[in-house]
Amino acid sequence: MVDTARQKALIEAVAQAVIAHAGELTALDQAIGDGDHGINMKRGFEAVLADVDAHAAKPLPEALKAIGMALVMKVGGASGPLYGTLAMTLGKELPAEPSRDDLVRALGAAIEAVKARGKSDIGQKTMLDVLVPVRDALADGGDVAGAAAKAAEATVPMKAVRGRASFLGDRSIGHMDPGARSSALIVAAVAEALGEA
Amino acid sequence: MSDNVGIVIVSHSADVARGTADMVRQMVGDEVPLAWCGGDPGGGLGTNVESILKAIDSAWSERGVAILVDLGGAETNSEMAIEMQPAERQGRIVVCNAPIVEGAVMAATEASGGATLDQVKRTAEELSPG
Repeated sequence: MVDTARQKALIEAVAQAVIAHAGELTALDQAIGDGDHGINMKRGFEAVLADVDAHAAKPLPEALKAIGMALVMKVGGASGPLYGTLAMTLGKELPAEPSRDDLVRALGAAIEAVKARGKSDIGQKTMLDVLVPVRDALADGGDVAGAAAKAAEATVPMKAVRGRASFLGDRSIGHMDPGARSSALIVAAVAEALGEA
Repeated sequence: MSDNVGIVIVSHSADVARGTADMVRQMVGDEVPLAWCGGDPGGGLGTNVESILKAIDSAWSERGVAILVDLGGAETNSEMAIEMQPAERQGRIVVCNAPIVEGAVMAATEASGGATLDQVKRTAEELSPG
């Protein structure tokens, strides 16, 4: 059961996790991207926080759609459309009271939508390299946050072929992908908030 | 409402977008609906959907709109903006795979002669390798 108080706590936990790590995300992005990932994500999630009561009062699917739209409008960069598409697709696919099976299926659909939006696939040093193992862990009933952290770590030796990092070619190897890191942060915050409730 | 295809210029930098639009205006003239945008929602370098939506509205033509972009996020945000358009506009807005400055001038030149959206896109994309 996702009630208003729990939904508010969940949204706040995710937003605060991203905002608290904005400096780290920017540092990762300065290594292989254009150095704006932390700033952009912070701006987007501050906008989400500003409307948290409205988001919390909506049924879960509608809240996810509204949050996705806020991210599209406020994050900027490529991350805005990518995270916005992720949230909006989850909103479109999830029922108001999702089961674990519903989450697995909806996350699968959201992963396909992110692939299409970013014209990317797994193994290319992107957020997909976290989202796909997370879906698998969710389907197997495993440790979702642990899978996310491990998957983000696994992007370190990968070579980027999408986004700004791809210009670096082999020089992108040896750095964690900032989008993979932000995805892992979000997954960990969701898992913790849901686990505690 | 112009009878010519409109051109939208989307750069990470408002200065680059404005400068490109200035070049189009000087080289091609005022026969083509033209709009530009650049910068993230906080006013820094980057692109954002909201300003792209406004630029599309401003350059809208019933013949369609061709968008010229610089780097990755500009393309991703432009595609997002296209999907958010009303159904009757879908299929009449395209992102050109072309260098932003040269592509904008070539696309606008083609558009100013009354070319279709397809012709405008093809002309801009002749500049792309491969």
